[in-house]
Amino acid sequence: MSALLEVTDLTVSLQMDAGMREVITGTTLSIAEGEALGLVGESGSGKSMTAKTIARLLPRGAQTQGAISFDGTDVLALDGDALRRHRAEVAVVFQDPRAHINPVRRINDFMTESLRLLDDVPKAVAIKKAAAALEEVGIDDPAKRLKQFPHELSGGMLQRVMIATALLSEPRLLLADECTTALDVTTQAEVMAILDDLRRDRGLSMLFITHDLELAGAVCDRTAVMYAGQVVETRAADKLHGDPLHPYSAALVEARPDITSTADRLIAIPGRPVSAFEAPSGCRFAPRCPHAVDACRTHEQVITELDGGRVRCERAAELRGNLLDGAHV
Amino acid sequence: MSEPTATSTARLARSDEPVLSVRGLRKVFGTQVAVDDMSFDLLPGRSLAIVGESGSGKTTVARMIVGLEKATAGTIVACGRDRSKPARRGAERKLRGREVQIVFQDPYSSLDPRQSGADLIDEVLRVHHDHDAKDRKRIVGELAEIVGLDQRQINAMPKALSGGQRQRVAIARALATDPRVLILDESVAALDVSIQAQVLNVLADIRDDRGISYVLISHDLAVVRQLTEDALVMQRGIVVEQGPTASILDNPQHSYTQMLRASVPGPGWKPQRMRERKAAAEAAAAQTG
Repeated sequence: MSALLEVTDLTVSLQMDAGMREVITGTTLSIAEGEALGLVGESGSGKSMTAKTIARLLPRGAQTQGAISFDGTDVLALDGDALRRHRAEVAVVFQDPRAHINPVRRINDFMTESLRLLDDVPKAVAIKKAAAALEEVGIDDPAKRLKQFPHELSGGMLQRVMIATALLSEPRLLLADECTTALDVTTQAEVMAILDDLRRDRGLSMLFITHDLELAGAVCDRTAVMYAGQVVETRAADKLHGDPLHPYSAALVEARPDITSTADRLIAIPGRPVSAFEAPSGCRFAPRCPHAVDACRTHEQVITELDGGRVRCERAAELRGNLLDGAHV
Repeated sequence: MSEPTATSTARLARSDEPVLSVRGLRKVFGTQVAVDDMSFDLLPGRSLAIVGESGSGKTTVARMIVGLEKATAGTIVACGRDRSKPARRGAERKLRGREVQIVFQDPYSSLDPRQSGADLIDEVLRVHHDHDAKDRKRIVGELAEIVGLDQRQINAMPKALSGGQRQRVAIARALATDPRVLILDESVAALDVSIQAQVLNVLADIRDDRGISYVLISHDLAVVRQLTEDALVMQRGIVVEQGPTASILDNPQHSYTQMLRASVPGPGWKPQRMRERKAAAEAAAAQTG
């Protein structure tokens, strides 16, 4: 099966006050047609930057190495019209809808802008399309909503507007960056159900970025875990929770409180998550890892295949099955 | 871990009277009823969760308890003193501040950017207690140790600290008055998973060591399960369910609580659209009824 999106050995550096700083190191991942890949990690792990690089939305001065191929085209080399087409085929939905919509324009202006300006669709047709898209994401009375301003809509409603807008360009890949994090749990369930339906109805591929391992496990086919700018594990989503391969994935599972029982104390990970440019040499997780040995600190870890998953830990095979204390299996 | 003041152990042993007692609490903004007829008791060393979605009124309750909002009706009694009416004198206001403290959600906006954690705590100690400089320095050190900050971190400006470290500063600041009740308004919601676990453990340690009581305002049911024994579920200002946290989460009775519980992802969870959920709930009700 050939992948729709293929990211190979991607390294990204951004211009910061103190000079160029690496935020992603040697990331490799792929998404097949109609597949949902979860991308899980803590702040600074590089998960949002990975999405921005795929959508070609990196800030000025960013440097990239490696390759991104979308349906056979070299994404990093695109410009002009071809880049615009790419951004239509790869849509992004961000965490905070209010930060990505003009508060003084009506919903219909926002939704139809790119159709009218870039695709020369007549206004009446564009509005009809927008109304149909709103209906598809479960919004009643779309004609009324289109005439409203962003402040008249709740956060959950506005996020559905963002998803509907992303759909108007008929994308093949949706990059959902923490798109339900700011929503209430019942609204989150609703938005996830909508995304799930869209995936099935339209064969949409999805990169679902979240800090919530359980959510990724519930809605994705595979999950990739990032730490300090590197993918440390890629695994079938339903296996990651009960049989993780990387000590960091296991630590994330254990650190999270369990809704079905109370622990005396949680098994916390010491220290704090770091960004790629702050990471030590050798295994980047080693300073926080209870299983680290001297060899982990002295050389770079490489990706190996294990039980259908990929893991960046040379002790993975030896540690397998002993990473969890049993409570989560 | 030593006590910053000698009083807390004495008070701890004193009684099992509620440290916080709320009766018929109501808050109306214009024509909107934000909180309606809420009552609960909080015993020393116990933790109560107030659960609900945005707009349910849970933060308004927290603001009324600490005195940032005036109740429309009802009483709030903390440590035996009625605090439903605004304090008339500065001394009374300070006393209330000592007894009930709050930690907010966003550690980025709740600290003064020009004041280190040590200076902030020192200021609270000067306002609320009668210690000399040497004692204050010792207490700052003790509080830093309790929340797990080292000397460099407690003396650093907020901008040099991570979100988790800032939240520890905010907790240490709240503890500086030696409160009986700590309100945690979504205080761990913005933290990374690994840091959230550390802070939840710190909070559990503090409760065990000092017999302090928590009111945890949260939308995260797993966090609620971890930190509290009792819970209260709010929907649009009304308490729809109240009882031990474990039984509310394992066996929710009210349809709203059931819906909240069913929305939490876990093994085997499939997101359902609202109309499917309603249909499923009706089918289940028809079967049991």
